[in-house]
Amino acid sequence: MNRLRDDLMLANVSRRHVLKGLAASGALVIAARWDWALADEEAAYGAEAMPHGWVDDPNVFIRIDEDGTVTVTNHRAEMGQGIRTSLVMVAADELGADWDRVRVDQAPGDEEKYGNQNTDGSRSMRHWFDPMRRAAAAARTMLEQAAAEQWEVPVSECRAGVHVVVHEPSGRESGFGELAAAASQRAVPERDSLSLKPREEWRYIGQETGPSQHAEGDEVERPLAIDGEDIVTGTAVYGADVHFDDMLYAVVARPPVYGATVASVDDSEAMGVPGVVRVVQIEGTGQPAAFEPLGGVAVVAENTWAAIQGRDALSIEWDNEPAGDNAAYDSESYREALEAAAESAGKVIRDEGDIETALADAETNLTATYYMPHMAQAPMEPPVAIVRLVDGKAEVWAPVQNPQATREGVAERLGLDFADVTVNVTLLGGGFGRKSKPDFVLEAASLTGEFDGRPVRVQWTREDDLHHAYFHAVSVDRLEAALDSEGRAQGWRHRTLSPSIGSLFAPDPEHKGDFELGMGFNTMPFDIPAIRLENPEASAHVRIGWFRSVYNLPHAYAIQSFAAEMAAQAGRDHRDYLLELLGPARRIDPREIDERWNYGENPERYPIDIGRMRAVIEKATEEAGWGRELPEGRGLGLAFHHSFASYTAVVLDVEVEDDGNLIVHNADMAFDCGPQVNPERIRAQLEGSCVMGIGIALHSEITASEGKIEQNNFHQFEIPRMPHAPRAMRVHLINDDPDVAMGGVGEPGLPPVAPALCNAVYAATGKRIRRLPIADQLAS
Amino acid sequence: MVTLTINGQEHELDVPDQMPLLWAIRDVVQLTGTKFGCGMSLCGACTVHLDGEAIRSCVTPVSQAEGKSVTTIEAMSDDEVGRRVQQAWLDLGVAQCGYCQGGQIMSATALLKEHETPDDEQIMDAMGGNLCRCGTYNRIRQAIHRAAEQGEDQA
Ligand code: FES
Ligand code: FES
Repeated sequence: MNRLRDDLMLANVSRRHVLKGLAASGALVIAARWDWALADEEAAYGAEAMPHGWVDDPNVFIRIDEDGTVTVTNHRAEMGQGIRTSLVMVAADELGADWDRVRVDQAPGDEEKYGNQNTDGSRSMRHWFDPMRRAAAAARTMLEQAAAEQWEVPVSECRAGVHVVVHEPSGRESGFGELAAAASQRAVPERDSLSLKPREEWRYIGQETGPSQHAEGDEVERPLAIDGEDIVTGTAVYGADVHFDDMLYAVVARPPVYGATVASVDDSEAMGVPGVVRVVQIEGTGQPAAFEPLGGVAVVAENTWAAIQGRDALSIEWDNEPAGDNAAYDSESYREALEAAAESAGKVIRDEGDIETALADAETNLTATYYMPHMAQAPMEPPVAIVRLVDGKAEVWAPVQNPQATREGVAERLGLDFADVTVNVTLLGGGFGRKSKPDFVLEAASLTGEFDGRPVRVQWTREDDLHHAYFHAVSVDRLEAALDSEGRAQGWRHRTLSPSIGSLFAPDPEHKGDFELGMGFNTMPFDIPAIRLENPEASAHVRIGWFRSVYNLPHAYAIQSFAAEMAAQAGRDHRDYLLELLGPARRIDPREIDERWNYGENPERYPIDIGRMRAVIEKATEEAGWGRELPEGRGLGLAFHHSFASYTAVVLDVEVEDDGNLIVHNADMAFDCGPQVNPERIRAQLEGSCVMGIGIALHSEITASEGKIEQNNFHQFEIPRMPHAPRAMRVHLINDDPDVAMGGVGEPGLPPVAPALCNAVYAATGKRIRRLPIADQLAS
Repeated sequence: MVTLTINGQEHELDVPDQMPLLWAIRDVVQLTGTKFGCGMSLCGACTVHLDGEAIRSCVTPVSQAEGKSVTTIEAMSDDEVGRRVQQAWLDLGVAQCGYCQGGQIMSATALLKEHETPDDEQIMDAMGGNLCRCGTYNRIRQAIHRAAEQGEDQA
């Protein structure tokens, strides 16, 4: 296999690699991955393939002070997944540190130093478990060597215990703090010479965290969430919590239509609002917007309230000319257009067997079209950023998932050297993909430039966040199945239509790229003789971007709903039918089905594992009491999905009341991500995914009319509230096998939730709903 | 000039009467535990206590808080019920990103002051206005029960 890929792949490419002629906006470039044209033996996977790869130098990540305090530097963004705790657990364990004497430092954006920092794609632990262990093992070895030298004994007789090195024959001990200075002078041992702790010696990795699990006289010391105390006391620092005395506060009026510009602005009333300092225009970069600001008019004031008031008082004429047909974008007619387009063939993605014959010869043909709307990530903390200039150097404080891209963008916008920009990463009040795009930081950078470097905080309101998200792509998925007289599937045709994220960086490709198709579309795992997968065209009219688990959402929703419809058509139990569709446990090499992305992972280490799919289905259904009798109006719904190298199955027990009110009584999620570093946080991520997925099914929808987003705040873009959450939630983690390649956690729980809910609604009411969201379609 | 008593301390603020309490607390007094999430009383991130009652500071003009006592998340550790709620939150690992949790704790504390041992329905009623995008609702509900039980143990 030695071919050039025709698809586009997102790559965060360092400047010297920027190909002329490709859309280069800021530093993020969408580029044909020329490196993929290389022969397979040169292909890089996993952390290796990420920009700036990995680093395992102990001097970068671990510092030990003379008082014994161990400081671990966390270079990934913390947005609720618990990486600041989990990665530190890994380092502390391998080092032999006592948890109570470990603290964490947050790294600024600097990938040359720390390796890749782009916190998305459910990659933090998957890519950093091994390098972080090696860094800590190297530090431990250096401590042991320092002790051996001090005691003049062979290093083989010295072993790190808990925060001490012990000379085993004599029992002599020296604390980490006492050895720190000497150890720090030593050369870092060769990577190959390191010995990593065997699993039996792990004290933190794989352990439950939190004192709730301390109960019942369990003596094992267990780490607590690092930021827990700060969060509950209100002292944790998020993007808007950094203060400077001379700081200015800005809010920005952005063009309501993607690509529009300011025609004229009358700021006379705004300037009359007490506290407003100045009104400033920000240049946008037009389409494609990439991570650049949309442009618009900023009101800069002495406090946030004055800025908001000032913005309300602006009167702006927008010029929709540069927006082209975005100004006519109507999401309702767009849906109809996509549904019509789904009736015709499209670009062929996968073709096995003879689909036409299978459909023609079928005893029964089943066809269904599913719709998932746009959605906004809507993290509870809206985008916010502070930038200031000190002696010609820029300093940023912002909740960003991708500090390196932020730094590159700020440098470019302000015409500074990359070295003269510092990006301090605060805690993120949620990310979900929104904060991988630093457009909001670049706005603040532009403004500080207008005020001689005074610190400027740009605060997005919720309205801004919903109007100017990087929206989850709307999707139409049309499926057809050919069933034989036994109800068995003989043919499967799936057409998927969505605008591509590629449209954000380059002229609209109008087809999904490899990394979009690889999210559950061409990786469809069913064992069916004739399979045809097609991707007709669809164009983008708003900024399209990542939303937690991305294109897995519509693909899983459609496929998992349709499989349930097939089972119903065949008169079979859904679970049994699914297991039959999957066929026997086996591993599929992604390359065999022309899957070229595989989440960037090595197809040999990360095959598509049918056995693991079966196992999560079996576990979730068993725990949920699949098949049990339920009262009228209540039903169980099942769905599973494989994404980000992990496997999830969900069973929801749902009641639909006559007025359409829906109650989720029970949720059972079975999850297999292979080795589990912090099982308690894994469960938390799955619980959160369940709730978010219920919201996706029930009410979350962004619509557009005349190019403008119609939802202004949480009364219109609804997200789940406590009564929507399952009354009881159980997460069942399986397959904690150290020999299995580690999977992701933050995203893979989400895709199967919405289809499980729709399948449960069908079981409860006989009503099959194919257009999300469903809340308004439930009343009987 | 508006005089506000926040966490027992008096502050003279040179702000317009109509400024929402949220922005006075955050931008002027510089207590940042109280969060902005929607500005329309739809999310609860900005919840504080006004004379002990949970209110949304984003829609409460400072003038309405004059002469009353404002309590924010920063003072919850000094409150017997508040401290218990915080501890229950830690015990159950409630927080994910944590951004909403100050508001959640303020609402939960007000609830427990009104009902010492609320049932699930009362909890859902009292907490329905507090959004959590990370989806921590199940643990919040459990943590409120836990805090209530521990209050009983102490009684
Ligand atoms: S910010 Fe006040 S309720 Fe949302
Ligand atoms: S913990 Fe993130 S919003 Fe609630």
